[in-house]
Amino acid sequence: MTQRQKMPSPPPRNDDEPEATGEILLGVRNLSKRFGGLQAIDRCSLEVRRGTITGLIGPNGAGKTTLFGAITGFHRPDSGRVVFKGENITALAPHEIFSKKLCRTFQIPREHKGLTVLENLMLVPPGQIGERFWNAWLRPGEVRRQERENRDKAREVLEFVSLSHLEQEYAANLSGGQKKLLELARTLMADPDLVLLDEPGAGVNRTLMKRLTENIQYLCRERGITFLLIEHDMDMVMSLCNPVIVMSEGRKLMEGPPDAVRSDPRVLEAYLGGQYAAAERQ
Amino acid sequence: MIQEQWVKAIFVAIPLVLIGLRLIRLHWALRIPAAAACGFAVAVLLVAMLPTGILAYLVSFSIMAGIYAILSLGLNSQWGLTGHLNFGIAGFFAIGAFTSALFTMSMPTGLLANYAKQAFGLEMPFLVGVLAAAIVAGLVAFLIAIPVLKLREDYLAIATLGIAEVIRLAFQNERWLANGPQPLRGIPRPLSCLVEDPACAWLPDSLATWLTPLAQRDYIFPYLVIVAVFVAVIYVALERISRSPWGRALRAVREEEASAAMNGKNVASLRVQSFVVGGVIMGIAGALYGPYVISISYSHFRPLFATFLVWVMLMLGGSGNNRGAILGAFIIWGVWSGTAFLADAITPLLSLISDDFASRSPYLRWMLVAILLELIVLYRPKGLLQEQKVVSLFLPRELPKKVPRTKT
Repeated sequence: MTQRQKMPSPPPRNDDEPEATGEILLGVRNLSKRFGGLQAIDRCSLEVRRGTITGLIGPNGAGKTTLFGAITGFHRPDSGRVVFKGENITALAPHEIFSKKLCRTFQIPREHKGLTVLENLMLVPPGQIGERFWNAWLRPGEVRRQERENRDKAREVLEFVSLSHLEQEYAANLSGGQKKLLELARTLMADPDLVLLDEPGAGVNRTLMKRLTENIQYLCRERGITFLLIEHDMDMVMSLCNPVIVMSEGRKLMEGPPDAVRSDPRVLEAYLGGQYAAAERQ
Repeated sequence: MIQEQWVKAIFVAIPLVLIGLRLIRLHWALRIPAAAACGFAVAVLLVAMLPTGILAYLVSFSIMAGIYAILSLGLNSQWGLTGHLNFGIAGFFAIGAFTSALFTMSMPTGLLANYAKQAFGLEMPFLVGVLAAAIVAGLVAFLIAIPVLKLREDYLAIATLGIAEVIRLAFQNERWLANGPQPLRGIPRPLSCLVEDPACAWLPDSLATWLTPLAQRDYIFPYLVIVAVFVAVIYVALERISRSPWGRALRAVREEEASAAMNGKNVASLRVQSFVVGGVIMGIAGALYGPYVISISYSHFRPLFATFLVWVMLMLGGSGNNRGAILGAFIIWGVWSGTAFLADAITPLLSLISDDFASRSPYLRWMLVAILLELIVLYRPKGLLQEQKVVSLFLPRELPKKVPRTKT
């Protein structure tokens, strides 16, 4: 792939940014998206390196979720590029981006309510020949074999997120936290390289949150899955993510290790508005 | 029983055996003889006990209900699986009926040619007509799907309703196509030679003599078998694909489109596929309707008759459940036919109030069906038979695990 060499070198770094390590898995270059009069993303550029759990924080309305949407093909960006594994994936359809092994979850879980938990997961694996309806008539044996494989895999994933006891339950009947786990489980069914998690901890109790954090760390360490996650729970971000990217008003404000981000006046200003920072200065 | 009754009993038995094959839950080695035995026993009883007139009525009733069952199955693969609010069933039904008619009829000759016009008459066999109906209806569904499936829910309903009306009015006004406002008469009936004299040339003599007691009006008996076989084949074919990974992906699209897309499903393509599959099945229903009524005209394909009733059938039977679609068709067609007697019965009563009233009694039927729909939606929104919990039929059946049930 020659595109990898052609990719523009990252812009000069600020001193407070961490030493670059690892290959750039996802690159966002000058991405913009406007909704009517609202500039949701404004020439935003950022990178996610392979093997990291990168946090994406920022005040409400900073454009974090819109950025996820623009990366995964839900919103067509007005300008800019998204490069994944050295390949330009800007404005591909969501299912095409999925096939590049880039998955996302939603802020509000969007489970398939009328399907069981097990089949919510069996839905996901790519390359199911049974998704062409004629194969159900013509190649039932092969469909059956794949279904068995997918079921076993789904059970493994359910075991991992501790939802096994609910496998035959309708997804609609799960609790909010369990739905979050199901969202994570769904991305695992695809053997992804990069997972974008949109507020995985929102509305999840402490116990479940701890398990979620452990799961994400385990997946990153043992399976080499890279995570980019939006989160408002600072405890979770600080314990889980490195580096942390701060977005404000549609752009990247800064990037750095969690401690540096926490104490940076620019971040406080973005979250609390100018007055706070002004008061600090006086 | 006389020979005529035995012959009829055998024809009646075949659909009953097909039902038995579905309902009796035994291993196939036992199921086939059990279904055969039960089917024949019930058929013999029916034929022996019922007066000829009532038996004939029941058979005609079942033919129409079977055709509606196919429409309902078609709607189920659109609405039940993917959530397409298709209010244009009548359009696909009409296309199927007229296409198969034109493919199987001969061009009018002699004096008749001055009065009856049609685009072509290919004199093809019945099955070719069915195939042509399926292909043309599928093609039209595909062409409609491209612009219309960008719409969702009620907008889709309005668009499809409009398209069905366009199709109906086209058949009404284009005289060259299928005789315009005049009915298209003389649609050939498949295997009609079974009840005619001389019998079909390919029949062995012994069978031909065995069938001689059947009169022309008894054609409904063999036709019932044809319709039943079509319902059974379509049911099995649909059940197979709607409970496969394809059906699961459609259900996923129905429940949560964005999420289905994020799970790598090509939402646009799946939506078109399900619309076309439904259209094809509705076209086949049309191809079966033509030979039964012999003459068809645009007026048969009004939305009330060919769209609204089908919706009530599927809603009652259970959206998403193919067995429910068939059950609903029989029940609603029963209610619909039953209310005809009711309307007749109360006509004298109504004429006491006013002459005007009596002539309007047929409309009471619509009111009753509409009330029934309201009751279904209020009290049985999921229908009589609900959608099966486990979608995939491609997994070995497992013993249900002991899982604590949570209330929905």
